[in-house]
Amino acid sequence: MAGIPHDHYEPKSGFEKWLHTRLPVVGLVYGALMIPTPKNLNWWWIWGIVLAFCLVLQIITGIVLAMHYTPHVDLAFASIEHIMRNVNGGAVLRYVHMNGASLFFFAVYIHLFRGLFYGSYKAPREVTWIIGMLIYLAMMATGFMGYVLPWGQMSFWGATVITGLFGAIPFIGEALQTWLLGGPAVDNATLNRFFSLHYLLPFIIAGLVIVHIWAFHTTGNNNPTGVEVRRGSKAEAKKDTLPFWPYFVIKDLFALVVILVLFFAVVGFMPNFLGHPDNYIEANPLVTPAHIVPEWYYLPFYAILRAFTADVWAVQLVSFVTGGIIDAKTFGVFAMFGSILVMAIVPWTDTSSVRSGAYRPMFRWWFYLLIIDFIVLMWCGAQPAEPPYSTIALIGSTYWFAYFLVILPILGVIEKPLPQPETIEEDFNNHYPSSKTPAE
Amino acid sequence: MIRKLTLAALSALIITTGGAFASGGSDGHVENIRFSFDGPFGAYDQNQLQRGLQIYTEVCSACHGLKYVPLRTLSDLGYSDAQVRAYAAELEIFDAELDDFRPRLPTDHFPDSSLDNAPDLSLMAKARAGFHGPYGLGLNQFFKGMGGPEYIVALLTSYSGEEVEQAGSTFYENSIFPGGQIAMSAPLVGEDVEFADGHSNDLHHEAEDVAAFLMWAAEPKLSARKHVGFMGVFFLSILAVLLYLTNKRLWAPHKNRKED
Ligand code: HEC
Ligand code: HEM
Repeated sequence: MAGIPHDHYEPKSGFEKWLHTRLPVVGLVYGALMIPTPKNLNWWWIWGIVLAFCLVLQIITGIVLAMHYTPHVDLAFASIEHIMRNVNGGAVLRYVHMNGASLFFFAVYIHLFRGLFYGSYKAPREVTWIIGMLIYLAMMATGFMGYVLPWGQMSFWGATVITGLFGAIPFIGEALQTWLLGGPAVDNATLNRFFSLHYLLPFIIAGLVIVHIWAFHTTGNNNPTGVEVRRGSKAEAKKDTLPFWPYFVIKDLFALVVILVLFFAVVGFMPNFLGHPDNYIEANPLVTPAHIVPEWYYLPFYAILRAFTADVWAVQLVSFVTGGIIDAKTFGVFAMFGSILVMAIVPWTDTSSVRSGAYRPMFRWWFYLLIIDFIVLMWCGAQPAEPPYSTIALIGSTYWFAYFLVILPILGVIEKPLPQPETIEEDFNNHYPSSKTPAE
Repeated sequence: MIRKLTLAALSALIITTGGAFASGGSDGHVENIRFSFDGPFGAYDQNQLQRGLQIYTEVCSACHGLKYVPLRTLSDLGYSDAQVRAYAAELEIFDAELDDFRPRLPTDHFPDSSLDNAPDLSLMAKARAGFHGPYGLGLNQFFKGMGGPEYIVALLTSYSGEEVEQAGSTFYENSIFPGGQIAMSAPLVGEDVEFADGHSNDLHHEAEDVAAFLMWAAEPKLSARKHVGFMGVFFLSILAVLLYLTNKRLWAPHKNRKED
């Protein structure tokens, strides 16, 4: 592997040498575990481990749930109740899987905003960033299809609304929607394929995660200063880094366990707090719930989807120019996918040569505003689509796009960055000044 | 920045789930009730559940069903096997194999709703959990554990007594029910049942007892779940302390360098 110079695995015993010449798997694991890691990483760097843990947790709990679950419109809801009442440990298992999805998304959002603040997406880590975006998209698809499986009211109506989005795409929309659903409406065929794909996608995510890790092991980790590890020699690199094992493994494990304490408190004491009560009512195509609300982790994007109504001038303009092919609904769909796309292309729209937000006095405030914007959008997404929420959502959506497409490109040009430390070692030593006490 | 973001993220969670209000949002006021099963260590009160079952059996079951609840789980309420079997035998079920009705066995479930427009109550206490006030912030649910049982009590005690005739059916004014008019006439008025132990049977006590019973019906594994939660929190906290100390020790030579 390219990257930071470090020690490589040397097979010692006869068997190790025998195996190494045939399959260098021990070397691979050794390389991954002993990877030199910037020693100044702060606590924002622990979320990757949390994410990896979540993936494994969801796969294990999911496989056991799948042993007892029945993907049929007449039986799905009852089979969930069977899991909750009759399967040994079933209630806890299901609550862990349900809330595990929330923890997964909570972690991915922090992980993602960590990257946005410290400029982790900038060269040479663009590929890591893009793979991360693909993982995020696959997670959204997985979570969405998983939520359909219990076949409650929100499952059914959420699926109807979201697949309806594809129907809004000009020309091919309707055919595409029918193809996705396996029929004219959400029905048994939909439930079956969603179950199949919900089972499949986590393994695709696992594959993407391996590529994600491969990519940043090649470039090395970013760090809070954004200053690169010195790579002139092994000795130089060693001053800036410590091996992943044991230093970061133990640190990350500690953080993971603290987070799991909170997680178990949620699962044990308020497992339905993050869910929607309507999903305890069996799906009924004849009764539409008063408010169709997706899971909390989709809300910001749901708000963007609904923000662009027919009375917004940009929508009217586009509708006029395209001769009505792109109406408000289509515009909203493009806006929603666009809001994720602008995140994906941020490595190229951010013009600043300084990586870390810690040394960008103006950027920082715009970034904090983006976080607030995200939370406000999340709140709007849960409210009915009417004033004042629709106005707030429109302002919020506009800021989201402006941040990536206007503010970041301009800031890079006009901002005067603060002085950065020369090396990671310097930053680390500033944090932990040496004690002047003479050695005893 | 760590603290800022963490706080922001937490408040985001609370706000948004708060916003995800139930279809049961209404103008009426739902009062918090201190149920025995509230809080991390709360558990069902078997006597209360038995009273609730009695109310359910004598009043609600005339119209409503509990189709997801297996009769054998009545042993959770402290009944003996013989008592459960006797209770089940009172209820009939159509057996396709016999092509005839037979008494239910403990392995059968409670009957379905007998009145077409009366919803099944198995999950009602969780399907109406959404009182995320104030201001849609979810704080009442977060701090007080308010939810479906509170809603059911409020519903049962908020009849004004007025009736409205509409399209040939009668509706009853109720300030808690969304829309203000419900198709269910006030099922409880107070002193509807006599408890063997002489427990008070005014309207409010009855409503609380049947709400507690419906909570049990919706979430029978509540105690096991809380137990797992507690064990998880307890042992992981210990593990966290150990890992904290290990981590501190591990990094100490690098963080407290000695200048020599
Ligand atoms: C005479 C028949 C009848 C009896 C007896 C009855 N109900 Fe109902 N109940 C109904 C009907 C009908 C509805 C549907 C009302 C509607 O949707 O307008 C209903 C609805 C409900 C609801 C749902 C309200 C909502 O938010 O949708 C609850 C909870 C409920 N009943 C509880 C009870 C309890 C507890 C009892 C026993 C104390 C009881 N009912 C007795 C007929 C009855
Ligand atoms: C990326 C990882 C995963 C995510 C984010 C995820 C998310 C979800 C969500 C949100 C639900 C709905 C929970 C509910 O409301 O009940 C769900 C249900 C379900 N998932 Fe997953 N899941 C993942 C992986 C898996 C895997 C790998 C499997 C099986 C092999 C699986 C099997 C199931 C089953 C059977 C259900 C229905 C049971 C239920 O609703 O509780 N999941 N999933």
